[in-house]
Amino acid sequence: MDVDYYGLSGAKRLTWRLRRAVTRGLKGIGGFFKNLIFGIKNFVTGIFRGVYELVRNFLAGNFVTKLSYFIMGSGHVFRGQAVKGMIYFALQVLFTLYTVFFGGNYLSMFFENFFTGGNIGRTETYISDIWDDELNEYLKIAGDNSFHILLYGILSLFVILFFVLCYVASVKESYKLEEMKMIGKRPSGIRKEGAELLDGKFHVTLLSLPMAGLFLFTVIPLFTMILIAFTNYDAGHEVPERLFGWVGFENFRNMFSGTSKLGDTFRRVLSWTLIWAFLATFTSYFIGMLLAILINRRGIRFKKLYRTLLVTTIAVPQFVSLLIMSKMLDSGGGGFGTGGGIITQWIEQIFGYHQQFGLKIFDTRVAIILVNLWIGVPYSMLLCSGILMNIPADLYESARIDGASPARRFFKITLPYMFFVTGPYLITQFIGNINNFNVIYLLSGGGPGDNLLYSDGAKGTDLLITWLYKLSLGVDRNYKLASVIGILVFAISAVLSLIIYNRSSAVKGEDNFQ
Amino acid sequence: MKQEQKNIDLTQNSQSVLTNTAANSAANWEELDRLEASLTPNIKGRKGGFRLGMSLRRTLGDTAGQIVLTLLSVVWIIPLIYLIVQSFRGEPGAWSPTFFPHEWTLDNYKRLFTQTQFPRWYFNTLWISVVCCIVTSLFVLSVSYAFSRIRFRARRPLMNIMLILGMFPGFMSMSAVYFLLKILLPMNYQSHLSLIIVYCSGAALSYYVSKGFFDTVPRALDEAARIDGASRFRTFVKIILPLSKSIIIYTVLISFIAPWCDYIFVSYIMSGVPDTGLYTVSLGMYSWLEREMIQQYFTTFCAAAVIVALPITALFMWLQKYYVEGVTGGAVKG
Repeated sequence: MDVDYYGLSGAKRLTWRLRRAVTRGLKGIGGFFKNLIFGIKNFVTGIFRGVYELVRNFLAGNFVTKLSYFIMGSGHVFRGQAVKGMIYFALQVLFTLYTVFFGGNYLSMFFENFFTGGNIGRTETYISDIWDDELNEYLKIAGDNSFHILLYGILSLFVILFFVLCYVASVKESYKLEEMKMIGKRPSGIRKEGAELLDGKFHVTLLSLPMAGLFLFTVIPLFTMILIAFTNYDAGHEVPERLFGWVGFENFRNMFSGTSKLGDTFRRVLSWTLIWAFLATFTSYFIGMLLAILINRRGIRFKKLYRTLLVTTIAVPQFVSLLIMSKMLDSGGGGFGTGGGIITQWIEQIFGYHQQFGLKIFDTRVAIILVNLWIGVPYSMLLCSGILMNIPADLYESARIDGASPARRFFKITLPYMFFVTGPYLITQFIGNINNFNVIYLLSGGGPGDNLLYSDGAKGTDLLITWLYKLSLGVDRNYKLASVIGILVFAISAVLSLIIYNRSSAVKGEDNFQ
Repeated sequence: MKQEQKNIDLTQNSQSVLTNTAANSAANWEELDRLEASLTPNIKGRKGGFRLGMSLRRTLGDTAGQIVLTLLSVVWIIPLIYLIVQSFRGEPGAWSPTFFPHEWTLDNYKRLFTQTQFPRWYFNTLWISVVCCIVTSLFVLSVSYAFSRIRFRARRPLMNIMLILGMFPGFMSMSAVYFLLKILLPMNYQSHLSLIIVYCSGAALSYYVSKGFFDTVPRALDEAARIDGASRFRTFVKIILPLSKSIIIYTVLISFIAPWCDYIFVSYIMSGVPDTGLYTVSLGMYSWLEREMIQQYFTTFCAAAVIVALPITALFMWLQKYYVEGVTGGAVKG
């Protein structure tokens, strides 16, 4: 913070800060793209260099090295690393079998209409005119399954990538072995290579299994689902009976269209998602902080008791606490629809207002935010307690000596310090609330619905994430829209994360908070 | 110094606090108070009356704080008390006009264990979460150790890729995972094995907190071990892990609790499965609250909720210290 800042008046300080935040954010995004372009450039030059090296080695190597370019592992076998060589050879055989009998077919169907648009797969399931006596109906001839084609297509692409990496590694090693032989060194045996996995290459051991799991059950499904956003996969094109096909950016156009009902619904859900995330994050953050300060106050007794009582809501599984809350708030319409929730009764007795949780959108939203306080405040209280303790006590001491009032000390010391330290946490929490499935789904199920305002299965308190859930399961399923929403949620999270990333790198330069 | 020590003892014994840090800093507050008291007379010779006003104000403030905290604590646990008392309610049905039941009974619990599938659900969840907890902890600890300590070429790119993967909503790809499971386990893709695979496969993505922890363990330890000839494996197992008790407990705690609390994945994997005995507690109990079941099962649901929540809550409370450390460490590092 530079000198100019202190010369400004209150309102100007705010604009100054805003401007700084915006320029920093833009810089972060700009920096990201710069890195991205730089990364791509490095990647491409790396590939060229790698290919050049391979060709050079091929030309320079002797017969065995040349052979190992066609039969993987042959170089290893002839030069004393038989086991490793056999593994490479087996890999090559497996890959060939995979491509010939399985992957190749799926890949060709995957790319067949990729650029032109049209169905994924060639034949649709149809009912033939052959009568099946056992089932008492005409025989069904199974066609292609578009989803399998998509999934296996992605899988095959990754298998090819993996194989290419192994291939490159094997021929490089083969050339190295030749060089080693020339200078009279013995290649290390299999036992030594194994021991190396616990030492120099320990990261390979540590990472391979988690990465394999991540790859198979996160990366491949994710790529598949991203591609679904560019197809027309929905209840009308349900596999395996029907085929679905590529449609390009049509789903995105529909989602963002200014005139359609879907576009309206999307904007409503998006704005509620953002409002919700903002309110949920900041209300629980501030109240949690105030509570932490209050509990840490010197004169307060039974600190431990209060903390324990408040923290129980984190400890109780959410599906228990939120479902019971939902029941207590029940007003007869939404939720479980039995009516007579105890809190509803109390509010009616005390304030004379019949709250309509699950019937009126506004009431439901207010209730959700309040219930979220119940869940979220203890969490931020725990966090803030820890950090409040770390504020250097001499700051307060000198402020007291200078005669600063408690309120002034709070605004001038506590708050800036907390913001400084917990900034990244706040953004993480904001992203977490955008994706807060439990609180919405278990409390209100997304309801109440309103057919005039919402379409495609969305309801009044649905977040993008609960809408996504409904769109991928049940009566409203529409996988293409779910996928589009998933990509948008990703985009929002990514932009916010970039800000954190930029912030924390900016923080590194500033050793002390101002 | 002695005074300070006494303060620490005092706070730990009587009124304190979640963590050691908390206790220490509570001592800081006390010390601050003392300091202020000793300084006050020296500053501008404040008058007695003013100081009396200060202390009166402080007492008032404390009382007000005490009242607010008491009220809030009561508000906070009302729903949980409601849950508990409803589980002892004798009157049938989902609707009850009063907070406390008229008729107290243990029948709901008896019914829970004799007439419903709840015991099976409970053991399903238990064994799933034990397996998940072991696998997830191993995954998370090894990934975070590798990223924290070993500098290899793919480190940065991998960390970035994992950061990006983590930004997609977790169950966006559920339908693809479902198909994959159908292909890999054609006979029983709606099984506990599928659930375990789903819970564990993404585990590596949450390496962040424990990596932050490992980063704080001095690298000099690794180097010393290396000079003594220990391999990386030995360094990890014999030196780093024993020093990382708190983060191990945090990881184990989080991964053990996750299957108990998960509704979304299990509801997807198990949707339409004919044998409800395969359910986990969350799915099974949620099914009791459906419109046609709730009248009959609401009080049973409350009893089941108490049975589920008790051990989880106890576990959490017992290990809260580590949880707080994990949360705080992760949050502050961003």
